Amino acid sequence: MTQDRILLAHGSGGQLSHELVERLFLKYFDNPILARLDDAAVVGVSGFWFQVPGSSSLKPETSNPKLAFTTDSYVVNPIFFPGGDIGKLAICGTVNDLAMSGARPLYLSAAFIIEEGLSLDDLERIVVSMRQAADEAGVEIITGDTKVVSKGSADGLFINTTGVGIVPERIEISGSNARPGDKVIVSGTIGDHGVAIMGQREGLEFSAPLRSDCAPLNRLVAAMLEASKQIHCLRDPTRGGLATTLSELAAQSGVGILIYEDRIPIHDAVRGACEMLGLDPLHVANEGKLVAVVDEADAEKVLACMRGHLYGTEAAIIGEVRVEHPGRVVMRTPLGTSRLVDMLVGDLLPRIC
Amino acid sequence: MKHLDEYRDSGLAKGLVGSIHRYRGRPLRFMEFCGGHTVAILKYGIRQLISPTVEMLSGPGCPVCVTANADLDKAIALAHLPNVILTTFGDMMKVPGSRSSLQQARAEGADVRIMYSTLDALQVARNNPERPVIFLGVGFETTAPTIAASILQAEAQGIDNYFVFVLHKLTPPVMVALLALGEVKFDGIVGPGHVSTIIGSRAWESLPRDHHMPCVISGFEPLDILQCIAMLVAQVERREARVEIAYRRSVRPEGNRTALALMERVFESCDANWRGMGVVPNSGLKLRPAYGRFDAERVFAVEPGPTEEPKGCACGEILRGIEIPPECPLFGKACTPAHPVGPCMVSAEGACAAHYRYGKL
Repeated sequence: MTQDRILLAHGSGGQLSHELVERLFLKYFDNPILARLDDAAVVGVSGFWFQVPGSSSLKPETSNPKLAFTTDSYVVNPIFFPGGDIGKLAICGTVNDLAMSGARPLYLSAAFIIEEGLSLDDLERIVVSMRQAADEAGVEIITGDTKVVSKGSADGLFINTTGVGIVPERIEISGSNARPGDKVIVSGTIGDHGVAIMGQREGLEFSAPLRSDCAPLNRLVAAMLEASKQIHCLRDPTRGGLATTLSELAAQSGVGILIYEDRIPIHDAVRGACEMLGLDPLHVANEGKLVAVVDEADAEKVLACMRGHLYGTEAAIIGEVRVEHPGRVVMRTPLGTSRLVDMLVGDLLPRIC
Repeated sequence: MKHLDEYRDSGLAKGLVGSIHRYRGRPLRFMEFCGGHTVAILKYGIRQLISPTVEMLSGPGCPVCVTANADLDKAIALAHLPNVILTTFGDMMKVPGSRSSLQQARAEGADVRIMYSTLDALQVARNNPERPVIFLGVGFETTAPTIAASILQAEAQGIDNYFVFVLHKLTPPVMVALLALGEVKFDGIVGPGHVSTIIGSRAWESLPRDHHMPCVISGFEPLDILQCIAMLVAQVERREARVEIAYRRSVRPEGNRTALALMERVFESCDANWRGMGVVPNSGLKLRPAYGRFDAERVFAVEPGPTEEPKGCACGEILRGIEIPPECPLFGKACTPAHPVGPCMVSAEGACAAHYRYGKL
């Protein structure tokens, strides 16, 4: 059976999304910066002065900084969910993509595609929530666009945000920098966002209320980069979950990753919901978590730093980078056996971010 | 989650594994009937733990996998009928039929919606009174009672635009048919936990009685499965063949009487077409004549065209336990979860998907 149309699964962040990017977009847009496929593009600049958000004075960047640049569109359904809304997600997602390149996020754009009939009150709630998230992250929304489409041409509201930030000279973070011996750290419990969205959408009731973890991680990243110069990779495990992110890092760096099932922090409610629905929490989306690959010597130091931060209190070292099984992620189960962890295939849940 | 951790305790697991390896006879082969067991066995590396004393074979217990291509083609044709909303459990979306799949049909404009429960499909029918809503009833005795309940509700509430395409199958008849075929030799059966919760452990009594085949019904946690395997080994050692339950927190000998009564009221048994097995007598369900107006197959005439089986695909052999997935020439090459050729690579309970995801290291 040949595939001649776009399926929902092409947007899931899993294997079909990767194939679409590699076989279509990279084929025609190919250049060395795009081909790195990191969360944000990082380009060199020279003689750079910039205005800090919230001030009118110019600040010279005298070292040789780099410019980080990223974009993302948000189509989550429902647009309000426990722990956030589409607006907060649109700010945090783009801020986090910049932060994962080691950048200090500075400015964002915001473009709205609005379906005719959306309640103005709802739109205002979302815009207020964007302002709050931007304030928390220390970024400003400095340009934007609005389009309204006829009823049925969109589902309520879609938002695109684009962001720029500055990467200090000494920072070299990329998905291709993992080295054998490095430790793998996750900043907290996984699967919260995806399960909260699904619960809201499908009307599932959980014994403990589940909230999306949606949060800006740039201040956590700044503290980590302050604590260690040996952070090799950073990535936020959004669509496709922890399993997909680790698979990407293993493939990009040409290394194996070994993780221990009983060290991965997962809320009981998330575990129970996944058990009930037949999902693997490692495939469920997060919006306020990061994965860091850190030199073994600095791992405990970075972990301690993360645990001292609001968005890293439940951080844990979940595994290490190995020479064996390059390009693969292997999980040691509590029974002492090992198995492969694979990228998400197909669509786990439609439109979770 | 404390409740789950109890069933994943590594100390208890070691004890059970030790007791299995104390068996000193020839190597044993057990078949796990259920796809859910196949997944758990591979996911927790239970094959590694019990080898070489016990080897596991996968059986036909994945409802998505055993759905015949001819039936799948009909479902896709139903989805393409004007104005129809086809509702289905998610796993069916990606299964390739002869020429298309439901997800392909959706990309081509058909209104195909994923449901988490049968009663959600009924709600779709309520919300769209002017459109026919068809539920694709794929499953075993586990989901059949919920379909029956939805039909009774539709009847009681006068919902006349709700229909079911019933492809439900019954598990004991196919297990008996598989044993009667005699193509593959094994020493015991890991009986399905969820199915037996509904039909009761007594439903399996013909296996030991007529075929001297030990059968132990298992849950889906690693300790359930290890305990089940240890009980099967013990039966073999004692040269016994009985039905036992290693899943007492859920399964009773008589099953769930309420669920069985619902099924009995709405359905009657019929011959069913199984992928890999062909038509097995009295192994399927159809709506009783009194509920014929809910039967999508009767109400909507579709002509899906000739059935084609995927070339080189060993799903049929795998579902009969003759081959294991890595023995299929397409496995991991032409057939992967992203680009599946056969249904066993698609379903979350499919043996090929489980071997692909968790098997090779």
